[in-house]
Amino acid sequence: MIDALSDYYSRYNSNVHRSVHTLGEEATAAYEASREKVARFVGTKAQNLVFVRGTTEATNLVRFAWGHRSVHKGDLLVTTLMEHHSNIVPWQLLAQATGARLEFVGLTQDGKLDAAKLEALLGQSPKLVAVAHSSNVLGTVNDVADICAKARRAGATTVVDGAQAVPHMPVDVESMGADFYAFSGHKMLGPTGIGGLVGKKEVLEEMEPFHGGGEMIKEVFLDHSTWNDVPYKFEAGTVNIADAIGLGAAVDYLSELGMDRVRRHDVAILKYAIETLQRVKGFRFYGPADPAARAGVLSFNLADIHPHDLATILDEEGIAIRSGHHCAQPLMKWLDIPAASRASFYLYNSPEDVDALKAGLERANEVFKV
Amino acid sequence: MSTADIYKELILDYYRNPRNFGTLQTFDIEAHDTNPLCGDEVDIQIKVGEGHKIEDIRFSGKGCAISQASASMLTELAKGKPLEWVKELSKEDIFKLLGTSDLGPSRVKCALLGMKVLKTGVYGYLGSGAEGTEPAGPS
Repeated sequence: MIDALSDYYSRYNSNVHRSVHTLGEEATAAYEASREKVARFVGTKAQNLVFVRGTTEATNLVRFAWGHRSVHKGDLLVTTLMEHHSNIVPWQLLAQATGARLEFVGLTQDGKLDAAKLEALLGQSPKLVAVAHSSNVLGTVNDVADICAKARRAGATTVVDGAQAVPHMPVDVESMGADFYAFSGHKMLGPTGIGGLVGKKEVLEEMEPFHGGGEMIKEVFLDHSTWNDVPYKFEAGTVNIADAIGLGAAVDYLSELGMDRVRRHDVAILKYAIETLQRVKGFRFYGPADPAARAGVLSFNLADIHPHDLATILDEEGIAIRSGHHCAQPLMKWLDIPAASRASFYLYNSPEDVDALKAGLERANEVFKV
Repeated sequence: MSTADIYKELILDYYRNPRNFGTLQTFDIEAHDTNPLCGDEVDIQIKVGEGHKIEDIRFSGKGCAISQASASMLTELAKGKPLEWVKELSKEDIFKLLGTSDLGPSRVKCALLGMKVLKTGVYGYLGSGAEGTEPAGPS
């Protein structure tokens, strides 16, 4: 991935879709080849993949380019309590701007979506259903294909936040049936500042542009303009060429490993972590107990030690954990905790890392005299 | 010194048994702030007595040991002092209370949250804007 970035900057650093010189042609070819690869990786066609900054930009693109045309006063927007702020706040803003109302699907005690509440909200013909493929706190993997099918029958447009799923499991957006699917490069061994929004072609074509400017137009007159074809309609200005190419290299690496293997490794590490860490005094974790119902993350608390204090102590042992509200304050409130610690496992983690974390937690218990 | 050494007996004691924790029935000053990075919260209430003195003070909140212990220690120090004294208060005073300044940039914000709230409340009461407080980082 790093070589791909450096290769672009050192050998063919040039803008895309403009110049006829060799460097420009090479840059365009590499950028579009990366689009092909990344699209295939998530089970869609290149023309349905818009390169964006990340999941947050993707949901906001939908908010502006789809939402402002399609959502009206009194409409119902549905999201869930397990969402990252990036799949809540854009819909709050959309609701405020249009006069729509936003409702939340609650959770069951084991950290899964409340199916009855979802059914009830679907019965009210929502305009939008926004849901995480996998929760960044609970780790819960939602049956998004089923949710998308039900939402479609209810007449709703679906937005699936795949930021926590694409890095950890095989994803096939077309068979899932989501209208929009968003993900971020930095969680899947790619660069920061690049991600993808997959949209159904017919939905993308009906949408307004997001940013106005260069490259997103077909023709510009003094009083109006016409728009470029999708996905270019949504990629105004100079795009993030290097990082898109870098993401393509990350996807090559993951594809070579095989996402089935990545998923098996993920479940095995989670299983070992849950078994091992539960033996530490005061350890309690959030989300489903079955590792196969989870992906990637394991959020927890230790006795009465605040996660930031815990993170400070673990940092000294060379262990980096995320601590805080995880950009999921409504979920923290539901769990009735101010914050949580999170071990974010990936393909490079081994059982030895879990053992080191266990020793670190025991050390924290000593420091805090638990 | 090891970073974990900041969790001295004293800080743990104030974290688990915070002094001046709670609310006042009547008060003249109230201020609240959060540290969005940690989700630390501190509320401070003050009853102003004769000669603009801090007659009584309580804090409430939730958060890490450093934020809660430093807020609690600060209320003990502030009690009985004139309001003007709050203007003199500096981060070095807080580090002295905690017995360490070896905190790192993000944890310093935890340590100074109580002082920020106290200054906000008292400066508001005295009719001038809070100075010397840093804006919180993005969250």
